[in-house]
Amino acid sequence: MAVDAPDRLNEQIAGLDALEIQVKRKRGIPALLWGRIWPMLLAVGIVLAIWEGVVLAGFWPEYVFAGPFTALQELGARLGTAEFWHAIATTMRRGITGFALAILAGVVVGAAVSRVRLLRAAFGSLITGLQTMPSIAWFPLAILLFGLNESAITFVVVLGAAPSIANGLITGVDYTPPILLRAGHVLGLRRVALYRHLILPASLPSFLAGLKQGWAFAWRSLMAGEILVIIANQPSLGEQLHYARELADSARLLATMIVILVIGVLVDVLFGVADSALRQRWGLDQRIG
Amino acid sequence: MTAPTQELGSGRTDGQRPAVRLDAVSKVYGRGASSLLALDKVSLDAAQGEFVCLLGASGCGKSTLLNLVAGLDRPTTGTIETGERKIAMMFQEPALFPWLTVSGNIELALRVQGLDRTARRARAAELLDVVHLGGFAKKRPHELSGGMRQRVSLARALAQEADLLLMDEPFGALDAMTRDLLHDELERIWRERNLAVLFVTHNVREAVRLGDRVVLLSSRPGQVIEDYPVRLPRPRRTESAEVAELAGRITERLKEEVSRHGR
Repeated sequence: MAVDAPDRLNEQIAGLDALEIQVKRKRGIPALLWGRIWPMLLAVGIVLAIWEGVVLAGFWPEYVFAGPFTALQELGARLGTAEFWHAIATTMRRGITGFALAILAGVVVGAAVSRVRLLRAAFGSLITGLQTMPSIAWFPLAILLFGLNESAITFVVVLGAAPSIANGLITGVDYTPPILLRAGHVLGLRRVALYRHLILPASLPSFLAGLKQGWAFAWRSLMAGEILVIIANQPSLGEQLHYARELADSARLLATMIVILVIGVLVDVLFGVADSALRQRWGLDQRIG
Repeated sequence: MTAPTQELGSGRTDGQRPAVRLDAVSKVYGRGASSLLALDKVSLDAAQGEFVCLLGASGCGKSTLLNLVAGLDRPTTGTIETGERKIAMMFQEPALFPWLTVSGNIELALRVQGLDRTARRARAAELLDVVHLGGFAKKRPHELSGGMRQRVSLARALAQEADLLLMDEPFGALDAMTRDLLHDELERIWRERNLAVLFVTHNVREAVRLGDRVVLLSSRPGQVIEDYPVRLPRPRRTESAEVAELAGRITERLKEEVSRHGR
C-alpha cells in the first residue's frame, strides 16, 4: 500500500480537479461586439421613429426642424466632401491630444494624492469638486489666458477629464483588497515593486471606469470649446454646428449632431469592450443563473 | 519511508537552534479602557523540520500570532526570533492575483527573488508539478476550483524557498475529501523540504493528523495552555482510531477552556 500510495493520490487529485473545473465558456471579440451593437441598433430605430413622428406632427416648419430622412440624406452627401473628413480629423486630433494629456495629468495627480496622506487631505475633495464643475465655466478664463486658439480648448478638455481619471486611480488604490496586500507583503513586494506588481494592476478596473468617465467629460468640453473658439480655416465638428445654426441649415445641423453622437457611442463601445475583456480575464463576469 | 525523514518528525532536536522562537510575546489592540489583550506572554518554539499545529477556539489570537511571525504586525512586547530564515505564508483564502495566470502568480514570487525570465518560467512549471497542477499553468485563478487555487497558493509559498511556512487555516474552506488529499500533499512536501511549519486551525482532528505537536491556546487573552506531542506514526489517517482518541482528549480540554468563558 505504501508503494502505490503516491499514484493513488495523483489519480484522486486529478479526478477531483476534473470534476471541479468549470466548463469553458469563451466568447470571441466579434460576438462581444455584436452583443453590444444590436441593442443599440434597436434603440436607433426607435429614436428615428419618434423623431419622424415629431416632425410629422408639425410643431415646427421643415426648415427649422428637418426630418430624419432629410438629415441622413444631408449626412450621406457630406460624407463625400473633404471638408467633412477634415472637420472630423481636427476634432478627433484635439480630443485625443487633450485626453492623452488628461491621462498624464490624472495619473500623476492620482498617484501623488493616493500615496501622500497630506496631499489627500488637502486635494482629495478638491478633485471631486473640480469634477462637478461644468467645463464651459472654464472657457472665459481659458480664452483670457490663451486667446482664441487651440490651447484654450486643450486646457479645458484636460481640466474636464483629468479629475475623473485621477479619482478612478485613487479609488482603485484605496480598494485594493487587503488580503492581496498582505499576500504581497509576505511575498516580499515593497515600495516601487509593490506599486508596479500589485497596487496598479489591482486598481485597473476602477482606473478603466475613470478613463471612460474622463472621456465623456473630455468630449463634452471639446464640443463646448469648438463652438466657442472658432479658428479660421480649421473646420471642426463644433464649428460646423455653429455655422449650421448661423445659416439656419437645420438638416446640416442635425447631420453634424448625429456624427457627434455616433463618435461618442463608438468610443463608449471601445471602453465597454476593454471592460468586458478585463472582467473575463479576472473572472468578474460570472452571472447568476 | 527512509531513515532521515523519520528523524524529521521526531520533534525538538535540542542541539539545533529553533526555526522560530517566540519569547513572552504579547499583543494589545487599541488603547486605554477599550484595549484588547489578544496574546498574553506567549512563548513557543518550533525546530527546523517540525510541524506545529496551533489550536484554539475563536478569539485565541492564533491568526494574530502568525501575522506577528510573518512581520505583518508588530508585537506589543516580547521578541520573535526567526534568524535569517525566509518566511512564507498561506491564508484561508488563496489570495492569488486575478490579473496574472496561475504560472504568473508563482513567477511573481520568483521575480522578487531576482530570477530571470526563463528561470522563472521553468521553476514555476516545476512547482506546479509538485502540487499536481502541471496542465494549468496558463489558466486564470478564477477558472480553478477552491482546492486547486489553494494548491497554487501553496506552490507560490514554496516558490519563496522559505524554511518556515506559516499556514492560517489554509484548508478551512474546503470540502472534507479535498482537505484529506491536501493533507497528504502537504505532508509529502513538508518532509521532502524539511520545512518548519506553524499551522493554525480550529479543527482538532486536522491538527492531530498533521502535527508533530499540537499547541493549545486559551481564548481572550491567547495563552499557551497545553503542548501535546503527537507520537503517532505517519502517514496518519484522519479517520483512524488513534487520531480520534487523541483528538477526543484535546477536544475535552478545549471544551473546558471554552466553557470557562460562559461562567
